[in-house]
Amino acid sequence: MTSLHTQSEASVQHRQGLPRALMQRQWFAPLGALLLIILCMGVVSPDFLSIRVVDGHLYGSLIDVVHRGSSAALVAVGMAIVIGTRGIDLSVGSVIAISGAVMAVLISETELPPWLIILAAVGSGVLCGLWNGVLVAYLEIQPIISTLILMVAGRGIAQMITGGQIVTFHGEFFEAIGSGYLLGIPWRVLIAAAVILALWLTMRKTALGLFIEAVGGNARASRLAGIDSRGITLLAYVISGVCSAVAGIIIAADIRGADANNAGLWLELDAILAVVLGGAALMGGRFYLGATVIGVLIIQSLTTGILLSGLPSQYTLVVKAGVVLLVLLMQAPEFRRSMAAVLRRRQHED
Amino acid sequence: MSYSMKHLKTRVCSTLAMAVALGLSATAQAEMLIGFSQIGSESGWRTSETASIKAEAERRGIDLKFSDAQQKQENQIKAVRSFIAQGVDGILLAPVVETGWDQVLKEAKGAGIPVVLIDRGVDADESLYLTKVASDFVQEGALAAAWLAAETNGVCDVVELQGTVGSSAANDRKEGFESVIGNFPSLSIIRSQSGNFTRSGGKEVMESFLKAENGGKSICAVYAHNDDMALGAVQAIKEAGLKPGEDILVVSIDAVPDIFKAMADGDTNATIELNPHLGGPAFDAIKTAKSGREVPKWIKANGPLYLPDTAAEEYKKRSS
Repeated sequence: MTSLHTQSEASVQHRQGLPRALMQRQWFAPLGALLLIILCMGVVSPDFLSIRVVDGHLYGSLIDVVHRGSSAALVAVGMAIVIGTRGIDLSVGSVIAISGAVMAVLISETELPPWLIILAAVGSGVLCGLWNGVLVAYLEIQPIISTLILMVAGRGIAQMITGGQIVTFHGEFFEAIGSGYLLGIPWRVLIAAAVILALWLTMRKTALGLFIEAVGGNARASRLAGIDSRGITLLAYVISGVCSAVAGIIIAADIRGADANNAGLWLELDAILAVVLGGAALMGGRFYLGATVIGVLIIQSLTTGILLSGLPSQYTLVVKAGVVLLVLLMQAPEFRRSMAAVLRRRQHED
Repeated sequence: MSYSMKHLKTRVCSTLAMAVALGLSATAQAEMLIGFSQIGSESGWRTSETASIKAEAERRGIDLKFSDAQQKQENQIKAVRSFIAQGVDGILLAPVVETGWDQVLKEAKGAGIPVVLIDRGVDADESLYLTKVASDFVQEGALAAAWLAAETNGVCDVVELQGTVGSSAANDRKEGFESVIGNFPSLSIIRSQSGNFTRSGGKEVMESFLKAENGGKSICAVYAHNDDMALGAVQAIKEAGLKPGEDILVVSIDAVPDIFKAMADGDTNATIELNPHLGGPAFDAIKTAKSGREVPKWIKANGPLYLPDTAAEEYKKRSS
């Protein structure tokens, strides 16, 4: 991991013209890709870039990107932390379904105050995280297997909670979470931003982030250095569970119903992709929250942009995959080096 | 010797079987003994299909052996074999997948038991089953288009929310809709994307349609391949500051309970039922076959079009 990192820094240093310090930032390449994609989408369909004010709130495709991306960003940030410990959390989609189901059933069948319902939904995420964390950290089952269990079983649990139906609900408070605005900005974006900011502060302004990267880099060495590596791993899965639960609340509030079959389906893949787009390695030992959020925005602007462009449905996934592959290539040190070599040869020939 | 012994055994067995059968019919007075292998209960629609077929059997005095396969083909094959062993008069099979049925269907045919496929087809020779009782998705799409053409006098710019790409429901509902609007030069689909049959998918796609089409001002109607996507689209339309059902007409297919509530509230305009009442035609087919008459290989059991005038009443009926 460390050697990869220095290589990429070395190749970045080839280029001049842009300040070196800026180019060395982890978020530089993903951010460049994001801006490029937004620009391309703007050329394909100029409506993509327009932002207006409708009924006192912001309205436009770019707003849709952050609006739609907020739940995925929460999940991806949790995933980034887990991947930082050299783990992976495949159960995030199921946790979304469970927390949404808990929330919808409590709203429609009880008279509990909203804050208690939110607490219960988040609590279900904590329980799911504890379950994953204990399997991984204390029973030492491989993360991909232990979280696969909840990925499969979790959707069943959610279906049991909802009785196999889509449970719909009404209520001003929850409708506001799904599609309300504060000062023109969607509530769900504010909620996601607050959670992510809090996590970033905890990770980067305390030693916790360092501990997680130490455990991911070498669990044994970090234990010998006095870090409670099991506790740290457990905590990472709990954080991921909570992030997914909050995403589940937002997703259920969005459609005013809990769809246990489909809520968060395949979102684990988008989340992992976002982490990788953000430049982290699945081998662990490093995580970048800001760059992960940019990764989510890349995926979401592609989705929204493709919908807006009117591309026939059957081509959507192929185009998306193609662009993602390009972005990943742009970040791969090996590819960059060979491209740089090709460019240099051209210059010599000229 | 051995032949006569075997013969005797067979006779004894068949007499016993007859006695048992007589005893059974004497107690239950069942008109027929039918086995029903259901996929499972993965959706509200399937639950109501099961309930409807059970109720229809009870109404006709049919003794129905029900088996829930919990989404597994091997369970369905086991169930069909046990129905054959019980010597049922007919088997209803809602196949979970299309392939792999040849062997067990041959066994049923060999035992002279007619098999009726319910709501889905199989990839096997037509001679191996009696008939298929299912909705015609093409016809559903055509009916939706016919309603819309009548409602708008054939002048309307439609956006389409497709189902999962490649699914037969999505392909056929699209085909049926297009076949009818082809007759109206001013009625056309201006945008069409997949919302994956889900509420959130329908909402997200509709949001982008609204943005692409001048804030929704140039959209006259939404055609959704299922009700859930229509319900998602209704929310997107509301959030864009328009009135679904008035500014933008909404027509969808399936007739799930929630769509009746939306229709009663004036948010959507029409839905076409994906008919769950397949028991009647299936039992009729078995009876017809027993009396030696021909049965067509596909009995189309399409549901009716529902409009807002009966929506409140239907919602009460279906949600209780």
